[in-house]
Amino acid sequence: MTKNIMIVGVGGQGTLLASRILGNLCMGLGYDVKVSEVHGMSQRGGSVVTYVKYGKDEKVYSPIIDKGEADIVLAFELLEAYRAMPYVKKGGKMILNSQKIDPMPVITGAAEYPSEIEKKISENIDVTAVDALALAKEAGNIKAVNVVLIGVMAKNTDIPYDKWIETIKVTVPEKFLDVNLKAFDLGYRF
Amino acid sequence: MEKNKTALMLGNAAIARGAYEAGVRVVASYPGTPSTEITESIVKYDEIYAEWSPNEKVAAEVAIGASIGGARAMSCCKHVGLNVMADPVFTMSYIGANGGLVFCVADDPGMHSSQNEQDSRHYAEASKIFMLEPADSEECKEYTKIAFDMSEEYDTPAFIRLSTRVSHSQSIVKLGERKDNELKEYVKDPGKYVMMPGNAKKRHVVVEERIKKLKALAEETSLNTVEDNGSKIGVITAGIAYMYAKEALGNRVNYLKLGMVYPLPDKKILDFAAKCDKIYVIEELDPYIEKHVRSIGVDVIGKDAFTLLGEYTPAMIKKAVFGEDEPEYAEISENIPVRPPVMCAGCPHRGTFYVLKKLGLTVSGDIGCYTLGAVAPLASVDTTVCMGASVSAALGMAKARGDEFAKKLVSVIGDSTFMHSGITGLVDIVYNKGINTVIILDNSITGMTGHQDNPTTGKTIRGEATKQVNLITLCKAVGIDRVVVADPFDVKNFEKVVKEEVQADEPSVIIAQRPCALLKTVKYTGHCKINDSCRNCKMCMKLGCPAISVRNGKVVIDENQCNGCGLCINVCPFGAIEKEEN
Repeated sequence: MTKNIMIVGVGGQGTLLASRILGNLCMGLGYDVKVSEVHGMSQRGGSVVTYVKYGKDEKVYSPIIDKGEADIVLAFELLEAYRAMPYVKKGGKMILNSQKIDPMPVITGAAEYPSEIEKKISENIDVTAVDALALAKEAGNIKAVNVVLIGVMAKNTDIPYDKWIETIKVTVPEKFLDVNLKAFDLGYRF
Repeated sequence: MEKNKTALMLGNAAIARGAYEAGVRVVASYPGTPSTEITESIVKYDEIYAEWSPNEKVAAEVAIGASIGGARAMSCCKHVGLNVMADPVFTMSYIGANGGLVFCVADDPGMHSSQNEQDSRHYAEASKIFMLEPADSEECKEYTKIAFDMSEEYDTPAFIRLSTRVSHSQSIVKLGERKDNELKEYVKDPGKYVMMPGNAKKRHVVVEERIKKLKALAEETSLNTVEDNGSKIGVITAGIAYMYAKEALGNRVNYLKLGMVYPLPDKKILDFAAKCDKIYVIEELDPYIEKHVRSIGVDVIGKDAFTLLGEYTPAMIKKAVFGEDEPEYAEISENIPVRPPVMCAGCPHRGTFYVLKKLGLTVSGDIGCYTLGAVAPLASVDTTVCMGASVSAALGMAKARGDEFAKKLVSVIGDSTFMHSGITGLVDIVYNKGINTVIILDNSITGMTGHQDNPTTGKTIRGEATKQVNLITLCKAVGIDRVVVADPFDVKNFEKVVKEEVQADEPSVIIAQRPCALLKTVKYTGHCKINDSCRNCKMCMKLGCPAISVRNGKVVIDENQCNGCGLCINVCPFGAIEKEEN
């Protein structure tokens, strides 16, 4: 079976880098892999969804993931986690960042930010919630939220720690490497 | 990147790699999602001349000139960009190619970042130019090389058609070596290169003969493959839809995968159909293949079982073909707020639309990040049609409704879009005695597509310094006497300027100048904070800034979202917002 990982968040949160780290890691392990990204207008503060699919011994065809098919959903924001809940497969897992970012309909008062999202999701599926923003701050840059979350996810896979570190080293720009390695470690040890 | 290795690549990057390996020498494009990264990736190869052209027509013509000059050349665009380049493309079908010539077009099913859902395959048939459609990154690379070879062998331009999920998905590509093609000889040949009626009539004969040859090739080429799984159900498909079908249906059906979508192989289709009891055509957007297959007498199930709208998914295909439901999943039992795209915190356009909304003006809009000025709470933009239409359509509105209406109307157009196709509209306003006001939103970059340089930025695609188009001089040169530069974050002055210019009895241009907040050169520091003077008047909420919201009845600024641009400080009537340095 292919493994399906869905990364959701708000445009600007760094979901693209997270999916690229995962993609490179899978390729380095000799898997077939597809990473589906989002560019253009939808990146501007809107809901963004990227998919990473890999197969150890089989070819990956479709780059997208349907409802009920994600082994892991990695959510960078609480409401986006909720929106992605239907995509988690039976027995699948969600890792979510408890950060809230109000969407424009909430800001304008046209809608309300749903309450108790974490509880509602955990009634249905296995959830690990983490305050990735706090850990990113601890690592030295709030923009490292993405790598903190990758760290949390890494622990939930059977891929060795060193392989993740190697991939981060080749994917992340040199000047942000220290912060990102620290962020990954904080996430991994969470 | 080294040869004989593999790499994980976007479909777009793989097109660039294919062009590189095919020995392409010239690539000219205008950015447009989802095609932009093709040309951005070309820049990684020093052997290739690359440029951002002012628009797709110019880009295509640069590539055409390079081809006539004997070089392999390519021009890339999004689906609506192909409309802009269509004029030279149709005639190039008659001229053919000297050096291999490829037009690469990326459609956007689902409209992730587009104003319509046009199916560009129709262009292949209409212009009689063959079209290849890859389904993943490896095919992107290989098909590009094949397209260049075929272009030269059959003396024709080539189309490559992509869709968003092919362009923007990464998959594994085997890297090859560059074949350094010599420049082909350029020989003066008016019969081929000067398309006036006498010559074009002869070339049309050549075009029709060429299509016959390509049709024969379509029957033989390995681009069109049959996958016989011993089923009585057949699926005819192409591009990303093949990947969806393959995932959904696996080996339970037979496939005819069309790598060449124009011209289509009639005999191959008939032979494939003869072995099946039931045939499905699986293709996104228009029933392009379906119609053709029906026209040769094969009864198929196509759009009746699927949809003309948006993207397909494997789940949709599984349901349509085998009636199988999607797997169980946890449903959300309440309505949850949508999260549409918004202007970034610190976006210079926010100041402009705040003022236009306040003045209650009709706003003729255009294509770019600033199209988001149509969204609440700014809700300022009235119309968006296509690149450049803000200017010319505003003239039409003014001519229809008179001068008084014109004095409550502005056009808004970005710097890059103005260079693309706003200039001609402005000339029309001057020439035909319009009194319109055009606001050029000069944010020093092409924003929406992810920061490409353009003729107003003073830099080439490779970041080299070049002459910069001076917008003031340009506007004056076409006959606009009233040209004002104003900072949209200085809302008081900006409001004054807009009021004055719309009231003038002559045409005017306001250059709203402030760089995109995402540019590395823009360094806002700290963040804004609300102090005790706040009377909760919510004036700052009218900006629609993603950092400002109401919590427990009070306005708050999220310091993680705020970039410290300070626009809200300028609109607060009580001095209740101040800057706090980190």
